[in-house]
Amino acid sequence: MRRHQVIKDSFLENRIFLSRTVILFVFMLFLIGGLITRLIYLQVAGHSRYHGMATNNRIKVTSVPPTRGIIYDKHGRILAENLPSYSLEVIPEQVADMEGTLKRLQSVLSIPEEKIEAFKKHRKRYKHFDSIPLLMQLSNTDVARFAVLRHTFPGVDIHARLIRHYPYAELTAHVVGYVGRINEQELKTLPAAEYRSIHTIGKIGVERAYEDILRGHAGYSEIETNAQGKPINELGKIESVPGADIFLTLDVDLQKVAYDALAEFNGAVVALDLQTGGVLVQVSKASFDPNLFVSGISYVDYKALNTSKNKPLFDRVLRGQYPPGSTLKPFIGLAGLEHNITHMHQTLFCPGYYQLPNKAHKYRDWKKWGHGKVNLDIAITQSCDVYFYDMSLALGIDNLSSFLHKFGFGQKTGIDLKGEKAGLLPSREWKRIHREQAWYPGETLITGIGQGFTQVTPMQLARATATLANKGYIVTPYLAQKIIDADREIEIKKPVQKTIELKSTNVQDIINAMVHVVHSPRGTAKRIAKNIDYQIAGKTGTAQVYTVKQDEEYNEEEIAFNMRDHALFIAFAPADNPKIAVAVIAEHGSHGSSIAAPIAAKVIKQYLLDK
Amino acid sequence: MKIEHRAEQFKEHSLIGSLLRKLHIDIPLLIGLLLLLILSFMMLYSTGNKEATLLIRQSARMGVAGVLMIVLAHVDPRQFQRFSILLYSVGVILLVAVLLVGDVGKGAQRWLDLGVFRFQPSEMIKITTPMMIAWYLSGHEIPPKWRHIIIAATFILIPTLLIVREPDLGTALLVASSGASVLYFAGLSWRFLLTSAFSLAALAPVYWHFFMREYQKDRVLTFLNPEADPMGKGYHIIQSKIAIGSGGGYGKGWQGNTQSQLDFLPESSTDFIFAVFAEEFGLLGCLGLLAVYIFIIARGLYIAVQAQDTYSRLLAGSLVCTFFVYAFVNIGMVIGILPVVGIPLPLISYGGTSMVTLFAGFGILMSIHTHKKILPS
Repeated sequence: MRRHQVIKDSFLENRIFLSRTVILFVFMLFLIGGLITRLIYLQVAGHSRYHGMATNNRIKVTSVPPTRGIIYDKHGRILAENLPSYSLEVIPEQVADMEGTLKRLQSVLSIPEEKIEAFKKHRKRYKHFDSIPLLMQLSNTDVARFAVLRHTFPGVDIHARLIRHYPYAELTAHVVGYVGRINEQELKTLPAAEYRSIHTIGKIGVERAYEDILRGHAGYSEIETNAQGKPINELGKIESVPGADIFLTLDVDLQKVAYDALAEFNGAVVALDLQTGGVLVQVSKASFDPNLFVSGISYVDYKALNTSKNKPLFDRVLRGQYPPGSTLKPFIGLAGLEHNITHMHQTLFCPGYYQLPNKAHKYRDWKKWGHGKVNLDIAITQSCDVYFYDMSLALGIDNLSSFLHKFGFGQKTGIDLKGEKAGLLPSREWKRIHREQAWYPGETLITGIGQGFTQVTPMQLARATATLANKGYIVTPYLAQKIIDADREIEIKKPVQKTIELKSTNVQDIINAMVHVVHSPRGTAKRIAKNIDYQIAGKTGTAQVYTVKQDEEYNEEEIAFNMRDHALFIAFAPADNPKIAVAVIAEHGSHGSSIAAPIAAKVIKQYLLDK
Repeated sequence: MKIEHRAEQFKEHSLIGSLLRKLHIDIPLLIGLLLLLILSFMMLYSTGNKEATLLIRQSARMGVAGVLMIVLAHVDPRQFQRFSILLYSVGVILLVAVLLVGDVGKGAQRWLDLGVFRFQPSEMIKITTPMMIAWYLSGHEIPPKWRHIIIAATFILIPTLLIVREPDLGTALLVASSGASVLYFAGLSWRFLLTSAFSLAALAPVYWHFFMREYQKDRVLTFLNPEADPMGKGYHIIQSKIAIGSGGGYGKGWQGNTQSQLDFLPESSTDFIFAVFAEEFGLLGCLGLLAVYIFIIARGLYIAVQAQDTYSRLLAGSLVCTFFVYAFVNIGMVIGILPVVGIPLPLISYGGTSMVTLFAGFGILMSIHTHKKILPS
């Protein structure tokens, strides 16, 4: 690139540059003079004032906690609220003899040793002159007892705080979740300014998933205090912004029906609104009282929950992975129809067992003497295993696996909660990678009746059932229906809905068969058909916990309770215009028909009654 | 000026002086920089809970920056001139690359991961933009014609807007001012300068009050300082003022800062380090620090005035100007007269990126000063 040659007046240039430099330097000195003026104002004129603030800590900037948003159910009933509560708090900087003070406090109020330990541990994460809670939820007697002696405990005081309360306790523990003390790990990732005055954070359920929305924003107040740290004057304040309220799709009445219907069984019940995918019922049992966690659960309580054989802390709906058993059959049947492997009139003789060509191993049917001549309708109605062995062998694992994949098996449902498990949908590829083994034909057979490797979460099962009821229209389950922030509704991003291409006559044939499960005299769930004026389409299932050996027989009476099969039931109703889909798993309930089906029936009945 | 004369004499006669001269080091500048580095070490020792970790890391960075300075001091200024357009173009391309594939850190996209190390092209452009403008203007009449001013302004706007997009307002401000200062030194007419300054100042509040909605204002405020939590910001300034004010005339002495207060002061070893300095050394210390800055600036401007050709002169003037903006904006923000923008206190704050750029700038200044052909004055 050639540069344009210019004849320069270097004298003029020098003169300009020199004058510019001098002017700039003077201007810089003028600006620095401005800085110095400000410094004099702060350090000389303001010195005594700021010095006072610094040495006596006379100005305290305290964080004003926001009020956490309320969680409501579908009908506006409160699932999580804030109640005033008294807590005993200590400002360590104002306590001369900490050990002595704690000892004396213990003699006045009953403070368990572990609270003292927890207090010492929490101390680290507080700022200087912050008030640190020692004991929460003081009774009125305790408050009165301390009030009398308060003057003898400098630096110790009673504060009124709002604490989280869950009125439905066990009933909504897993789904609504709870807030608990922030732990060291969480603290590292949280925005410090927001959590300066908040001591708890959503740990599970909606409380965790919507933490940012429920929390609100902390405010600040600049307080002038005396040398003892007692506030005298508020100098300035930024108000805190309360968190938004959330309305859930959950119906707490329906939830209670499901919870009570499970009776002595542990398990899970999920009900979905078919139109939207809104979760109407999400019960995981055994459950626990979330209120125990709010102000720090005691070691004894936690140990009891954690070691209980009922596993009350375990969220069975999203994290429990069960073999689907025969509840998978309608989907497999549909796969057979869609792939033209079978049609509704094709029959097969069921002798009570099935054998692969040239193999001695007998794959048993649940009915020892067989179902006789069966077609697909009868095979679903009576849950004939042999028919499905035969059909899934013809279908092959690749077709089977890819078809079930479309219904969301083996994948997270994408519900607006955290910690969901994906279940397991076996395939040739999966087995090669995870087991480093080839796929065996026998495994195709047992996959075809919902046993083997396949595992589903109750939420997945409910969603697949909903998809079937919707004739291929897939909904994504969700809980947050409405978020109201300061009387203004916040838009919730609705998940993208998809549709599976299915032949509608095929789906109708399967739905008819599922209606027969409930309404035909030979149906496995016929006992729930009594006294209802609508039709339920359903399918029973039994998931093996204990594997019966080839030469043994499964005898319910003889095996221990915790070895008994899980009872499953999926259903939707009314069959001709479905509104609700339900999935029930009753752990060790033995049979889907006797234990799980009536639970689903009760939920459906209550829901349709309300409508 | 007296001090500088002495330094010149010192340079002529002492043995070390002649050695340093062979190394192309400018002694007065070196003395100023060393003073700042000593203060920086003292402050980092004091804010880093008297542990050596900050010091060790900072020393490593200083080593790298120092080597770069010496290397650049050896390069003949005509080489800078020759490569100006190339360096500028590479810088702009890298800025575009950052927006496309850069790493996101603290909510802004500034870093380019080169495998071995991470690199912030916006730092490099702080030097290459004035190089480019100086190169461009030195090829035309001085003072520049309208046409040249507009083209030069375009060269400034391209990297500035790219950096605003990252977003990094502090750096964009520095790049814009480094480019604009070249135009100033080249003799941009006063009328033009004052008109544009006044119209900008007049338009800003009008725009703020009449055209911006509340949420946009909030965004602008957040945008000014994306790192700081909006709730936390007022909080820092209160604590910063308490720290500075309580220092008084003579300060609380080295390491005498009340940690209880500074617990509230995040960034106490980076952007807000001046507050700690002011608390420990008081008004007297602050005046001393400002004096060191003025000394370095004066020496830099002296080098610029002494420079032999238009390019060196414009570039040197601009580099000094950028250094001043650094110091002024940072101190102004800490003492609460300017909005909080993420600009460190030059050569004192903890952190490597800005230090390397600053040392590179001083390397170029030294190069300009020590590569003069002997000419009759």
